[in-house]
Amino acid sequence: MEGLLSVILGLLSLWFTLAFLMIVLPSIFGLSLGISELYIKILVKTLEWATLRIQKGIREKRAEVQKIPSSNVIIQRDHTTMEEAIAGLRRGDFELSDAFYYCKKGLEAIVEDEVTQRFTSEELVSWNLLTRTNINFHYISLRLTVVWVIGVFVRYCLLLPLRVTLATIGILSMIVGTTLVGKLPNSETKNWLSDLVHLTCSRILVRALSGTIYYHNKQNKPQKGGICVANHTSPIDVIILTNDGCYAMVGQAHGGLMGVIQRATVKACPHVWFERSEMKDRHLVTKRLREHVADKNKLPILIFPEGTCINNTSVMMFKKGSFEIGGTIYPVAIKYDPQFGDAFWNSSKYGIVSYLLRIMTSWAIVCNVWYLPPVTREEGEDAVHFANRVKSAIARQGGLTELSWDGGLKRAKVKDTYKQEEQKNYSMMIIGNGSSARGSVAAD
Amino acid sequence: MGSRASTLLRDEEIEEIKKETGFSHSQITRLYSRFTSLDKGENGTLSREDFQRIPELAINPLGDRIINAFFPEGEDQVNFRGFMRTLAHFRPIEDNEKSKDQNGPEPLNSRSNKLHFAFRLYDLDKDDKISREELLQVLRMMVGVNISDEQLGSIADRTIQEADQDGDSAISFTEFVKVLEKVDVEQKMSIRFLH
Repeated sequence: MEGLLSVILGLLSLWFTLAFLMIVLPSIFGLSLGISELYIKILVKTLEWATLRIQKGIREKRAEVQKIPSSNVIIQRDHTTMEEAIAGLRRGDFELSDAFYYCKKGLEAIVEDEVTQRFTSEELVSWNLLTRTNINFHYISLRLTVVWVIGVFVRYCLLLPLRVTLATIGILSMIVGTTLVGKLPNSETKNWLSDLVHLTCSRILVRALSGTIYYHNKQNKPQKGGICVANHTSPIDVIILTNDGCYAMVGQAHGGLMGVIQRATVKACPHVWFERSEMKDRHLVTKRLREHVADKNKLPILIFPEGTCINNTSVMMFKKGSFEIGGTIYPVAIKYDPQFGDAFWNSSKYGIVSYLLRIMTSWAIVCNVWYLPPVTREEGEDAVHFANRVKSAIARQGGLTELSWDGGLKRAKVKDTYKQEEQKNYSMMIIGNGSSARGSVAAD
Repeated sequence: MGSRASTLLRDEEIEEIKKETGFSHSQITRLYSRFTSLDKGENGTLSREDFQRIPELAINPLGDRIINAFFPEGEDQVNFRGFMRTLAHFRPIEDNEKSKDQNGPEPLNSRSNKLHFAFRLYDLDKDDKISREELLQVLRMMVGVNISDEQLGSIADRTIQEADQDGDSAISFTEFVKVLEKVDVEQKMSIRFLH
């Protein structure tokens, strides 16, 4: 019995020593042993092979039947505007067929809409050998199944324990490290140590996700006293960015594990956490951020102006608040490669722990980060316009669809004002300039 | 992974829907995945709230009426079959369907059925007549607060006057069809479903 216990203890300590030597130590110095690069290379080859097999299998099996639903595009939408669709040649006056336009629009939205599908996981072009994405991909061949079984073994029996170990080390050292640093008096050394702790821990955590990140245009990296805005897919965006430089985070104060981390880190580094009730007070938020930006020695602020996680296929409305503060904005585009694992956190469906487990049992997190040239608000430009300009730049760089809808629609209902807008446009059309009924000339 | 079983559609069901609606196999599976993603209650049916959650539909002035069209009289849930049946009205009319034998049941996407769909948006009490009151309700939904009662009333009167042939101050389906004789219903009431 005692023998068994000592063997287990021995194994455990060996495990932790290995994890420490191979991963934690290199993390502190920001080195890489090249293992994850090799792993990704093997993965890419395997997935390429699997895609070929699947395509072949499908061709053999049911050549005459349909192709695989390669994307979730169901219809080709009609982008005719109301004016074109209804007015045609006529001007003014209601006709019974005007309802057709709204009918068609409505049915199109039911079949496929721009918004709700951004809050569910992106559909894959080809099966990436993860069980959960297998809805559209059925049994193909024995060889593929064998590879899948090996994959399951590797992911659950080898990678998962390693990743959980690393994540535990990362999170614990983050909490302990920042708490210790927080005890020091404010000084250069404290800032330096705080940066070191943040960097080291996020490097460990990135390794816990087998993260491979490609940073582009590092010359545009956010500078002190600036505001970094990025598109938002998941809480791990923060780790991805911190891996390459420290930021002061702005966000809502959470409970649970997130809360513990938040309270520890704020001691070492001037993050800004708001209580839910404070968040509503826009003036307070703006004021605290202004104060932060005014101090040129403070780390750049990191803000996700979408305010919610989107499935990484699009960028939604940027809330104007972050663009009212002033100062230099450093836009950053983050695009994950969905082939290796779905980074999107569907927070209305999964809790943070089950989300992290899903990530840790995926193949890897592979993503591209583009630093865009810094921008400032132009003379006479309002915050909304400025926000849209930055959003467009991020969407273009990341290859994401640009939407004007509010990400808040994930939870809230759409505001009535949008419907009123539609009604107003239609009214204008049937009664012209709104002053008289029939026979009036419609103003363009 | 227990939920996966319920997300699969049986082949017999697909065949039946295919026959009834004319959608292709892959269209049906794709629309099924859309159906399940709208089904937040995960019970295999959609409620009115499930539809209202689509922002683009929520801002549609006739959104409520369109949603209504999916629900049979007195019911507040619609299953996949019913969902598909309503959608089928909006399939474009294909060339081979035009020349189909005239004896079989009329396809859901025929010109007449498309018109009937639109007619029912107006005809709330389902008495096969659009009364002045019913027309005013739809008009009000479309224009919101931007047009006065008086003006809207005169629009309704004119519309009925132009359509009414039997002098009952209401629009019957026959009269509705007559008024829209020259309208390209096939184009205006069809969605381009991809194969």
